[in-house]
Amino acid sequence: MQKLFISLSPHVHTTNTVSRCMWNVVIALVPALLCALYFFGIGAAIVIATAVVGCVLTEYIITRYMLHQPAQLANGAAVLTGILLGFNLPSNLPVWIVLIGSVVAIGIGKMAFGGLGCNIFNPALVGRVFLLLSFPVQMTTWPKPLVNTMNYTDATTGATILSQIKQGLIEPEKVDLITNLLGQMGGSLGEVSAIALLIGFIYLLCTRVITWHIPVSIIAAAGIFSLCIGANPLVHIFSGGLLLGAIFMATDYVTSPMSHRGMLLYGAMIGIITIIIRQWGAYPEGMSFAILLMNGFTPLINRYFKPAKFGERSKK
Amino acid sequence: MKTFSKGGVHPPEQKLTAGKKIITLDLPGEVALLLGQHIGAPAKPVVAKGDKVKRGDMIAEAGGFVSAPVHTPISGTVVKIDTVKNQQGLAVPAVFIKADAEDAAADAEARANLKPLRDDAAIAALKDNEIKDIIKNAGIVGLGGATFPTHVKLSPPPEFKAEVVIINAVECEPYITADHALMMEFPDEIIEGVRLLSRAVNVNRAIIGIEANKPDAIALLQEKLAGATDIEVCPLKVKYPQGGEKQLIEAVIGREVPSGALPIATGAVVQNVATAYAVHRAVRYGENLTERLATVTGPGVSAPGNFKIAIGTPLSALIAAAGGLPEDTAKVIGGGPMMGRTIDNIEAPAVKGTSALLIFGEDDSKRRPVENCIRCAKCVDACPMGLEPYLLSTLSRLKRWDDAETEKIVNCVECGSCSFICPASRPLLDYIRLGKTTVMAAIRSRKS
Repeated sequence: MQKLFISLSPHVHTTNTVSRCMWNVVIALVPALLCALYFFGIGAAIVIATAVVGCVLTEYIITRYMLHQPAQLANGAAVLTGILLGFNLPSNLPVWIVLIGSVVAIGIGKMAFGGLGCNIFNPALVGRVFLLLSFPVQMTTWPKPLVNTMNYTDATTGATILSQIKQGLIEPEKVDLITNLLGQMGGSLGEVSAIALLIGFIYLLCTRVITWHIPVSIIAAAGIFSLCIGANPLVHIFSGGLLLGAIFMATDYVTSPMSHRGMLLYGAMIGIITIIIRQWGAYPEGMSFAILLMNGFTPLINRYFKPAKFGERSKK
Repeated sequence: MKTFSKGGVHPPEQKLTAGKKIITLDLPGEVALLLGQHIGAPAKPVVAKGDKVKRGDMIAEAGGFVSAPVHTPISGTVVKIDTVKNQQGLAVPAVFIKADAEDAAADAEARANLKPLRDDAAIAALKDNEIKDIIKNAGIVGLGGATFPTHVKLSPPPEFKAEVVIINAVECEPYITADHALMMEFPDEIIEGVRLLSRAVNVNRAIIGIEANKPDAIALLQEKLAGATDIEVCPLKVKYPQGGEKQLIEAVIGREVPSGALPIATGAVVQNVATAYAVHRAVRYGENLTERLATVTGPGVSAPGNFKIAIGTPLSALIAAAGGLPEDTAKVIGGGPMMGRTIDNIEAPAVKGTSALLIFGEDDSKRRPVENCIRCAKCVDACPMGLEPYLLSTLSRLKRWDDAETEKIVNCVECGSCSFICPASRPLLDYIRLGKTTVMAAIRSRKS
């Protein structure tokens, strides 16, 4: 008889894998992706495709030629970063700027820290904020949805709802929420349709890729805080990148806290910081900065917010 | 439906042998009886080479308070007292007994026509200490697999008072169905055993915890207990590791065993359902523990089933009864797939803790390649003890034993939920075990 395997328990394993988690998030982004293609047409396709190709290529080149390791592209992490980066950009952004964003996102945001699982900050947001600071004009001219969708560079542009409110161009009370829900507003690619994002959220919950803690605490905190300071909570929740960030960016496994209590604090702080930046900061939009700030706090949160240990409650 | 509150996972149940009748295997012609087949001090032999022994005779006495005697399942002659290779291939001391044709015929006859030793009146007259002594002398240990001597659990330290007996009929490990089969075929006997256990610790309340994936057993016991006020059946939501003592107590009576304390601190005495059955046999029939039920199963096994086996039977005889080892066998596990130990030597004798043999083919036996931790926190969500497995495993890997101790690595019950759930296939429990052993050794040396 052949030799028997000797190993330690457990001897069975979940069928879930890292790549299944990643591809499930990609699937959850499909409704928003379709909305982006519908509203922004060819520009959306070019920007997202460029971001994905840029991220995948950057990861491949760094692992293959600088680290001399086999590249693990099949796990979908680089593709996901690419889609999320593309979702945070306007649809008329020149290809070369998108590529710079991809290289920064993967190269500096992820690989410089040691690759998958080692980064402190969300790579897609690192790329996005780098572009926002470096190319402020291109990054804040938003093509209008459903106008010139077959044209990439010469799109008709306009301000987002949040920047219109910021500049006092419209009253927050006059904002048409139905338009917001469906996505007929200016903005970056992935943030326009709240309903598409919420469908993705439900998919992620059903497939148990994420738990409800982070998205719900962000939305609740943003809503309650904007109510406290007299702003319209619904406008804040359904416009800008709040839903995209709450569902897909802040829930990034690597850069968010490990315990449920930690997740609630992390989410609540993101919600509040976002509203503070939107209300009193220089930018109309604060989600990216809020998430990156709280990413930095994640190790501290992990240290101070431990899960309640079994049997420790009754002891002093 | 009740269950424990923290963590837990739900591995595929794979109860291939559910609903299969118990098959009684013939007594083997020779047995090797390990002296150390329970937790605690090994038993001391009381027979010598050449002695004649009768079925059920004690061949080794308890080696201390936390220990249990060993009895022979067959009549015959003591061939030798020597070492035998155990399931892990290590040489351990054992008593070898061989039966001749006459012995075998007499044993088969006695086994078929078992006569009660005590009638209802005699059983009703037993005092708590007398029941405990019968259990102690019968060599009964926890038959769920942990093999902790039962009489020790029934004798809590004086500062604690037992309030309730909890019967563990959860069988949360995938594949295993021995307890399920026992409940379906011997419900009255189990109920008598439960009442005896309650009387041994002077309580009048017992709760039988059964997972909801055994609705027939729940219904049968509820029917048998209709109108009874001393025993209730508690159906539990299917979740692993519900059969863990601490998890079961919390699931059934909602009390947490404080960290580092004995389970009796909650007032609960937990006993396995098969142990309750063994208590009934010992008290009513005067039968010492020489047989038990074991499930032999696996995805490729041709005739998986629930078998009544004599302790000391070679494992290979059990495997043969289930149709033999399949062609592509690559792993044999003693116990369930979550906590069982792999077996290196299938000629080793069955022991009191042999609750199951699980046979895996090549594909099920290999671990997946390890990937980077993506900090998904699924291990944190899964840990039934509220620990952080990713952190404990990293601290162990880095040999940061002091930090591992602060993070309560010794609270780990080694249920394997973290390693099971990890999408990156990280060997979390391997490292945690290493750290737990090291930290426990450090704590012991500090105390002494």
